[in-house]
Amino acid sequence: MSRVIVNRVRKGLYLDSVALMRFSRSIAGLAGVEEAALMMGTPANLGILVEAGLLDGAGEHAKGGDLVIAVRARDGDSADAAVAKAGELLDQPRLTRGETAAWRPRTLRAALNQVPEATLALISVPGDFAAAEARKAIRRGLDAMIFSDNVPLADEVALKREARDLGRLVMGPDCGTAIINGVPLAFANRVPSGAVGIIGASGTGIQEVSCLIARNGAGISHAIGVGGRDLSEAVGGISTLRALDMLARDPASERVVLISKPPAPEVSARVLEKLSGIGKPATVCFVGAPPMAMPANAVQAFTLREAALRSVGVSGETPPPALPPVPTIAPGRREIRGLFSGGTLCAEAQAVMLAGKIAVASNAPIPGAAPASTGAAESLLLDMGDDSYTRGRPHPMIDPEVRDDAVRQAMADPSVAVILADIVLGFGAHGDPAGHLARAVRAAGGAERALLIASVTGTEADPQIRSVQIAKLEEAGILVAPSNADAARWACEAVQR
Amino acid sequence: MNDIAGRIETANREALGRMIAGDPVLVDVIPAAEAIPSLQDRMILHAGPPVDWERMCGPMRGAVAGIAVFEGWAPDLETANRMAGEGAFDFRPNHHFDAVGPMTGMTTISQPVMVVENRAFGNRAYCTINEGLGKVMRFGGNDAEVLDRLRWLRDGFGPAMGRALRSGEGIPLKPLVARGLTMGDEMHQRNVGCTGLMLRALSPAMAASAGDLDGLARALAFIGGNDQFFLNIAMAMGKAIMDPVRDIEASTIVTAMSRNGTEFGIRVSGTGDTWFTAPVEMPEGLYFPGFTEADANPDMGDSTIVETVGLGGFAMGAAPAVAGFVGAGTASEAANFTRSMAEITLGENPEWTIPAMDYRGVPSGIDIRLVVETGLAPTINTGIAHREPGIGQVGAGVVRAPLACFHQALRAFADRMGVS
Repeated sequence: MSRVIVNRVRKGLYLDSVALMRFSRSIAGLAGVEEAALMMGTPANLGILVEAGLLDGAGEHAKGGDLVIAVRARDGDSADAAVAKAGELLDQPRLTRGETAAWRPRTLRAALNQVPEATLALISVPGDFAAAEARKAIRRGLDAMIFSDNVPLADEVALKREARDLGRLVMGPDCGTAIINGVPLAFANRVPSGAVGIIGASGTGIQEVSCLIARNGAGISHAIGVGGRDLSEAVGGISTLRALDMLARDPASERVVLISKPPAPEVSARVLEKLSGIGKPATVCFVGAPPMAMPANAVQAFTLREAALRSVGVSGETPPPALPPVPTIAPGRREIRGLFSGGTLCAEAQAVMLAGKIAVASNAPIPGAAPASTGAAESLLLDMGDDSYTRGRPHPMIDPEVRDDAVRQAMADPSVAVILADIVLGFGAHGDPAGHLARAVRAAGGAERALLIASVTGTEADPQIRSVQIAKLEEAGILVAPSNADAARWACEAVQR
Repeated sequence: MNDIAGRIETANREALGRMIAGDPVLVDVIPAAEAIPSLQDRMILHAGPPVDWERMCGPMRGAVAGIAVFEGWAPDLETANRMAGEGAFDFRPNHHFDAVGPMTGMTTISQPVMVVENRAFGNRAYCTINEGLGKVMRFGGNDAEVLDRLRWLRDGFGPAMGRALRSGEGIPLKPLVARGLTMGDEMHQRNVGCTGLMLRALSPAMAASAGDLDGLARALAFIGGNDQFFLNIAMAMGKAIMDPVRDIEASTIVTAMSRNGTEFGIRVSGTGDTWFTAPVEMPEGLYFPGFTEADANPDMGDSTIVETVGLGGFAMGAAPAVAGFVGAGTASEAANFTRSMAEITLGENPEWTIPAMDYRGVPSGIDIRLVVETGLAPTINTGIAHREPGIGQVGAGVVRAPLACFHQALRAFADRMGVS
C-alpha cells in the first residue's frame, strides 16, 4: 500500500489558527487518514508541514494569506474524502450551532456583581459552611434564607445575633419554605397575593396554612420561614421578632399568622409582647400548646386549619366536614397509623387526636403524646421526614418511596384501623406523590384492609395540580379530607364510632 | 479577627491601587549585562521558581545547552550539557533579577533585553526579544538556525530597536494594550493587534535611525512576520506593573505566577519573596501535525505574569478564538472564562476593557483567599513545548495553576498574620 499526500490551497481564505487546529484534529481522525493539517501558508507553517511529511508541490507555493489543506492518507480515496470534508468545514466555519454557554456565578460576590439590586440570598450548602456563607450575605446588606440543615446551634445563635445588630433577617437554618413578594423559595406552593403575612418556624406548617388561605379565596403577602429552632431558648426568637417588625411595617400585610411548635416560655412571652405592638390583627398557632393568654390583637388557633380560617375571617368554630360513609371497621382493628412527610402536619394530627381523647405516640411527640419507643399508645403517628428516615436518602416530600415500606407494613397489620397520610405538593416536591401512594396502596392489595385517609396540601396552580392528585387518591380507594386537620378528625371519628 | 480582615482589605486596596496606577513605558533595548548589573558571566536566568540542572525538564536543558554555546561558554551542545551537569553554570530565576522570560526563559549577559519602565513607581523590568515561531530557544530549540537568529537579535535587531526607542519618549504600553484588547488580543496567545500597533509606533523612528536599509527591512519584516512579537513586551510590562505591588504587609494579592517546566510557583505580596510551589500541570490543547499529548512538556515559562496583571486567560473574553483550545470554543465560553476569573480577583481594571463583554474591565488582583475559597484556579493560556530538548513548540492550549500553591500560600500568610 502506498501513502498518498494531497494538498489543496484555498487562496485568500483566512481563518484563525485555533479554529484551523480544531478542524485539523477532526480531519486527522477520519478513516484512512494518517495525518492532516489545515494551516495558513506562512513560511513558519510551511516548515511545520514539511517536518510532518504533509507538504506536496501544490502546498509549497502557498502564500501567507492562503489556506493550505494537507492530508496524508493510506490511499487516494481516503485522502480525497478527507480533503472534501475539510472543504465542507471551511465553508461552514462555525464551530458550534450557536449555543450560548450559560454563566452561573460561583460566589455571592460574583452573583451580586451580576444582580446588584438583589436583597436576599438563598443559601444551600453543606451545614458546616452555611453560617459562613450567610454571614457574607448579611454583611453585604442582604437578608439570608438558609435551606441547609445540620447547622450547629452555636453558629445559628451567633449568626442571628449579628444579623439582629445589622438589621438583617436570617430565615432558617433548615428553612424549607418561604414566599417573598409572591416569589416561592424552596418548597412552596403557588398561592395568590393577598393580605395575610405568615411567619413560620416550620415549612409544611407554612405550606398548609398558605394553601388553606388560598382555597378560602384569600392570599398571602409574604411567608417568612425562621427555622425550627428560632423560638428555642438558645436562639430566643431573634428572626421571629425581626420578621414581626418587617410585617408590621409592610402595608401589604394587613393580618399576621404565626406558626410554630410550642416555644420556650420566656421566648413565647417576648414574641407575644412584640406581637401586641404591631397594631395588626394576628393569629397564633403554637401547634400542640395548651390555651395561652393572648394579646388583645391576637387569637390562638389550635390547628393549622383553624389558623388559616381565622386569618381570613372565618370563625374557627366552623364545623369541620363530616366523615363520609365508610365501610364498618372490623372490631379487632383499633389503631390509627399516621405516615407523614410533613413534620408539622404530623404534629397537627397529634393535636387533633389528643383533643379527640385518643392516646397517640410519635417519633416527634408534641406535649401530651408519648414517645414512639414506649409502645404506650395504640396509635402511632410518624414524621417520616425525621433524620432517622432520611439519613443518606432524600426527604419523603422529594422521594415518597421512603414511605412505601411503612405503607405496606401498616396495610398488612390486622390491628390498624386507619392509615393517615399527607400529600404535599408545590415547587420542589415530587412530581406525582398521590400517584406514588396510590400505586403503593394497590401493590399492597388485600380485600380486608384498613381505611385510608389522606389530605392534599397544595393548590390548583401547583405544578402537580391538586384536583388531579385528589382524583388519583380517590381512584385508589383513599378518602381525601379537605385539610390535614380534617383528615385526623375523620380518623378519630372512624375508630370511635 | 475583624481587625485582621480590615488590615487585609486596606492592604489589598493599596495593592490593587498600585496595579491600576502603574504606568509602563517601553523605553529601551540594551544588553542584559548592562540592564542587570548583578547578572554575571556564566549565570543563566531561567523561567519559573528556582530549579537546578538535575530537576530541569528536557526543553529547558536544551535551551541551557544552546545559550551556553551562544555565549561562547561551550564549543558545542554536548560539551555544554556536560558542563551544566558539572555545575559550570549558575542557574537563577529571572524573577530574582527584575526580569521575565517566556517558556524556558533563558536570559544571559550578551542577550539584548527590552526595558519597560513603570513611570508611576520608577522601577524597570526586562525581557528578551521574542524570537518568532517554529524552532526557537524559548521552546527548547538550540540548532544553528536558532543560534544564528539570536546573534542577529544581539548584533542587528536589538541595537536598532534600542536606538529607535532612545530617540523618542518611549512607547506608553497601557493605552496600547487597551487598544489591543479591542482588537482581539488577550496578550498571551493573541498578540496580533498589539504587534501591529507596536510596529506602527516603532517603524518611523527605526527608519529615521537606521544604519542601512537592508537591516531596516529585515527588522521591520521580523516584527511584521511574528504574531507574538508583542508577548515579551507584555511580559516585561506585567513584571514592571507587579513589582511595586510586592511586599505590602497583609496583602493577599498574587504578585507573580511562574513555571519552570517542573514546578509552578507563586509569590504573594504579604508573604515577601517566598515561592509557593507545586508540580506543574499538563495543558489541555491542540497540537501541530505530527505531535500529540505524548510529546508535550508540562507547563512552562514566566509568561504567566500576563495573567497576573489580568490579561491572557483572564482576558479570554477579548479573544474568543483562544477558547477553542478547550470545550466547544464558543465566544460565550470565552466570556465565561473571564467571568470566572472575576470570582478570584479583587476588582476590574477600568482602563483595560473588553468591548464584547459590555466593556467590562479585565479581572485584576488575584486574591489567594478567593482562589482557595472557590477552588477556582487561575486559567492560563500557553504554548506547549516538546518534552525532549532541541525540538521546539508542538502545540498550544489552556492550563490551570495548581491549587496547592494557593493553599500553601494562604497557610503561610495566616501564620504570618498570627491566625492559626
